[in-house]
Amino acid sequence: MSTSSFSSFTPSTRFAVPGRIAVSNRAAALWQTATLTEIRRETPHAATFRFAVPAWAGHLPGQHLMLRLTAEDGYTAQRHYSIASAPDDAGHIELTLDHVEGGEVSGWFHTVAKPGDEVEVRGPLSGFFAWPGDRPALLIGAGSGVVPLMSMVRHHRARELSVPLRLLVSARRPEELIYARELGTETTPVFTRSAPEGVPVGRMAAAHVASVLADQPPGGWEAYVCGSNAFAEHASRLLVEAGQPVDRIRIERFG
Amino acid sequence: MNVTRGFTGRDRVHNPGLPPGQYDAGDDWPVLSAEVTPELAPADWTFRVDGLVERPHTWDWDEAHALPPSAYEGDIHCVTSWSKFGVRFGGVSLDAFLDVVRPHGSATHAVAYSHTGYTTNLPLADLTGGRAWIAWEYDSEPLAAEHGGPARLLVPHLYFWKSAKWIAGLRLLDHDEPGFWEQNGYHARGNPWEEQRYSGD
Repeated sequence: MSTSSFSSFTPSTRFAVPGRIAVSNRAAALWQTATLTEIRRETPHAATFRFAVPAWAGHLPGQHLMLRLTAEDGYTAQRHYSIASAPDDAGHIELTLDHVEGGEVSGWFHTVAKPGDEVEVRGPLSGFFAWPGDRPALLIGAGSGVVPLMSMVRHHRARELSVPLRLLVSARRPEELIYARELGTETTPVFTRSAPEGVPVGRMAAAHVASVLADQPPGGWEAYVCGSNAFAEHASRLLVEAGQPVDRIRIERFG
Repeated sequence: MNVTRGFTGRDRVHNPGLPPGQYDAGDDWPVLSAEVTPELAPADWTFRVDGLVERPHTWDWDEAHALPPSAYEGDIHCVTSWSKFGVRFGGVSLDAFLDVVRPHGSATHAVAYSHTGYTTNLPLADLTGGRAWIAWEYDSEPLAAEHGGPARLLVPHLYFWKSAKWIAGLRLLDHDEPGFWEQNGYHARGNPWEEQRYSGD
């Protein structure tokens, strides 16, 4: 038996790594100092933290980083966070963090952090959820799941891309919709608990997805889903039931 | 050491079972998978081992369940930095499957692949000697689909992305071949005790 027949093994199933995005292993391995320069409140529970990271190698919309805090006794806590800012924000990155109940890292950000503080980051990490702006993108998020999707929306605007982009975003109520002021005609908000007058209240439904999928761009949509696991399961099922190919749905879940 | 002003960390008791950079997820079991959870019934599940083996073989659900049962009780560690203590999985030791197919002496690595097409690579030595399982029970209940049910690979001494959900097969190779996350910048082996998270660690 020749071993060469196994040299380029590809599973026979449909789901595969996108070959179009290169990941820098060097950037991923290196911890860098990030200096907090600005804090912007987004909603009662979420704020955006802007950092100067002078040697940041750049990222693609949708990528995340690992962030590390260190206590005086050497104890460290590290977490993965999606990057909210567009790639062209030279030497700066922004993260939007929910204040998680009892959260060790988000708690520090929301109650202690102030401009001038330093943390460590490494990345960008993972090319799978990234969107370089080359294909029609259907973005579906809930809560802070909108963060990596907003990086895509901002990239689309900053570069004045003509490739179709749509955002479906779910929030409990209008005041909890992150980036509400920035969302435009590409966005359909869905409110699950309370909504402005005349806007229906309810869970994201087949009709929301169907109306976008009925409007197929040439080559079809690349779907990006981000949110809690429960939301990701729900939204990805809606997409599959509406006919979106399973290998063109990328999911980022947070637990 | 770059101390973060005002950061003390939450009340912490040193747990010797916690690898560096990890925190205890407690009762939570976060779900992390990049693809749509497949609707895969036990009757449709198969597991194949081929490549550098004497007798390639495909097991169906009943045939796999006829092998001697083996359980894992211990901890699991995810590269995203949570660990979970004292979990109980039931299934069959991977050694029982490998005994049937008889790996060639030249086999050094394996690519594990899922019914979704997810792949991950492992040194064969990490899959043998009672350190890896095909698992279909969690806490004596059928493994939930979002956690890889009906059956997943379980390699608890490595970061959990190596424990491929919805496991469909193993192909034995005489060289290492990066899988899905490894091609996306993750470490080739993923030992939590050495913090082998990303390529270059």
